[in-house]
Amino acid sequence: MKRVLILTGSVAAIALGGAVAQDQQLTIVSWGGAYSNSQIKAYHEPYTEKTGVKIVNEDKSANALAGIRAQVEADNVTWDIVDMLQADAQRACDEGLLEIIDHDEWLAPAPDGTPASEDFIEGQLGDCYVPQILYATMFAYNTEAFPDGGPQTIGDIWDVEKFPGTRALQQIPQKNLEWALIADGVPDEEVYEVLATPEGQDRAFAKLDEIKDHVIWWSEGAQPPQMLADKEAVIATAYNGRIFNAQVNEDQPFEIIWDRQMLESDGWVVPVGNEDKMELIRDYLYFATDTQRLADQAKYISYGPARASSAPLVGTFEDTDIDMKPHMPTNPENLETAVTFDVQFWTDYGDALEERFNAWVAG
Amino acid sequence: MASTDGAIKEPILAADGTPLKQALRRSQARERRAAFLLVAPLLLFILIVFAVPIASMIWRSVYNPEVRNFLPQTAAALQEWDGEDVPPEPVFQAMAADMIVGVEKRTIGRAAARINREIPGARSRMMRTAREVDEWSAPYREKFLEADERWSDLDFWRLLKRETRLVTPAYYLLALDYEYTADGEIRPRPEVYRIYKALFWRTAWMSMLITGICILLAYPISYLMATQPARVANLLLILVLLPFWTSLLVRTSAWIVLLQQQGVINELLVALDIIDSRGRLRMIYNRTGTIIAMTHILLPFMVLPLYSVMKTIPPSYLRAAKSLGAHPFRAWWRVYFPLTIPGLAAGCILVFILAIGYYITPALVGGDSGIFISNLIAQNMQGSSAQLKLAAALATILLVAVLVVYWVFNKLVGVDKLKFG
Repeated sequence: MKRVLILTGSVAAIALGGAVAQDQQLTIVSWGGAYSNSQIKAYHEPYTEKTGVKIVNEDKSANALAGIRAQVEADNVTWDIVDMLQADAQRACDEGLLEIIDHDEWLAPAPDGTPASEDFIEGQLGDCYVPQILYATMFAYNTEAFPDGGPQTIGDIWDVEKFPGTRALQQIPQKNLEWALIADGVPDEEVYEVLATPEGQDRAFAKLDEIKDHVIWWSEGAQPPQMLADKEAVIATAYNGRIFNAQVNEDQPFEIIWDRQMLESDGWVVPVGNEDKMELIRDYLYFATDTQRLADQAKYISYGPARASSAPLVGTFEDTDIDMKPHMPTNPENLETAVTFDVQFWTDYGDALEERFNAWVAG
Repeated sequence: MASTDGAIKEPILAADGTPLKQALRRSQARERRAAFLLVAPLLLFILIVFAVPIASMIWRSVYNPEVRNFLPQTAAALQEWDGEDVPPEPVFQAMAADMIVGVEKRTIGRAAARINREIPGARSRMMRTAREVDEWSAPYREKFLEADERWSDLDFWRLLKRETRLVTPAYYLLALDYEYTADGEIRPRPEVYRIYKALFWRTAWMSMLITGICILLAYPISYLMATQPARVANLLLILVLLPFWTSLLVRTSAWIVLLQQQGVINELLVALDIIDSRGRLRMIYNRTGTIIAMTHILLPFMVLPLYSVMKTIPPSYLRAAKSLGAHPFRAWWRVYFPLTIPGLAAGCILVFILAIGYYITPALVGGDSGIFISNLIAQNMQGSSAQLKLAAALATILLVAVLVVYWVFNKLVGVDKLKFG
């Protein structure tokens, strides 16, 4: 009998302990790999240290929209905070799947007192969305494949005579169609206007046809550096942070082509259905998106902080003497010919162009 | 009838005095109940994890609630509209009322997303107007048309009217590369969007090819196993089964290591000067890769039934045929081969049905020319375009295709004749 009592006692204690920990736990969904690591070091670990809240990571951001839809529909939301692309966040927000965020109330002001809504880089805050970083998707190549100098411009990517070898492209229409039009001579500022017309779409796909036989496709951010290292491809589109990681941590002979890099932001959203945890979620967001934290993240990965006030605080890579500034997509030199990704265009035309793109790839 | 009458006349009694028939029925019922209780967990399990999800998948593939639920007043007002001219004021008034509710409840985006699938650009127009509409007052028609002339687009309104139906064939049409115009006309989609029909065909012919290669490879090895002494046969059997016990993912990755352009085979060929380093063979991330890897992975499913059938065929049959003067080939073809058909047929149906639903191997080694329909189903289930309903329609078509194959097979060979090992 005594033993039974002890047993029940300890079971109750465990259950109680579990319940307490449950309250003090956040499930945060992100992209995994080097990117999640930078968030763990810059946001999660300092936050856990400060508050004792345990943070559970899930690497599911690649399917964030589908996941949130399913969870909200089933009325069983287990994700507290989700890292998401801006275009997807806009769609999810329109569909009522995300909490609306009052930026100045939810987010910390800059150290000089500038409210959050003015401190974040223009056009990046969304109704339900707080950006963390700006990242570039651009071409990169393996210098070993081009001993006489590699491609420099978007036009060179299409020049398979001068720069022979396989190209690895992301298996989505976004960005590939824009680059195809630019390579075909459309001025940067007219790209989306042209792409909205059927003739423009035909033109972009026709241009992609020219290199289709030289293309392999990737879908996860970790793939292109691997493909370049294995020489499965000699030129690849990639996220700039992944290439930086391979250059610095793995000493790979990769070179980034900043010409027509496409800038996008990536940030936090909060799915609806977690009202009882809202205080904790807001506390975390307030902490993780302040000026210092965003600058800290840039210490671990070469993505540009989404707050203007963070830029001067960006230092060197992980206690080495590598200055992060020249590796940032937001560095003025790298920005010269940058094309801004049009979120609105892709929320409208994404469905149709994705279908056509999938048919084109498989055909 | 006669026996019943007889029973009434002179009932045979059991030991406890009840009529024997009744006692028998009661004890049989008890047994049936017991038997049913024993299988009940399995039945329940199958119902919950198999029947219910499939039923819900089929329902999802035709369910179309967005316009009806999130633009209810517009849906009602549109029923009066004849589709000939820009709709009258009541429709716009209903739309304005729906939008105000939709913005407040944050559901307007779902209706807009549904329409946007058919008319790209409709989403942002609806969202923009929805944000302004609470400041407007009647008459709404002019206000809408003033704000954006595309509100006079007849196709938009016809489509909206069509979408008020709760059940739609639209996803099945899409899954077969047809579209359904705003007027309800069914026609093939523009060439650049066609993909699914071709993928269904590719899945079918590649699965057939893989089944064929499996037959060619499995038949001799099974024969060898069946005719060798036990020691050798066991060794061969283990060699066949060993990869079978290895994880699917490991085996697929092993093929990547072997076949890629910087892989073992290419390196070897370059080192032996058989090919030039620039002319490395592309054996993976295309059809070849899928065929090689899937043949290897599915081979045991052909070998095992064949082997189990061949082992039961006495060697004396062949000897008898030959001693009666048959040429060895004729003896094999007329005597041995027909006896192996039950195993061969079982192997074929196993390999073929497994192959047409295969996902992971084509996804890893198929590149773009070697993917199967299941990869497109998965693609439609994830990512930002998440077209769950189209995925459900595709999956239902695949399910029906498998059932048809099974039915045809049953007619041709007879499922009761199969021997799975």
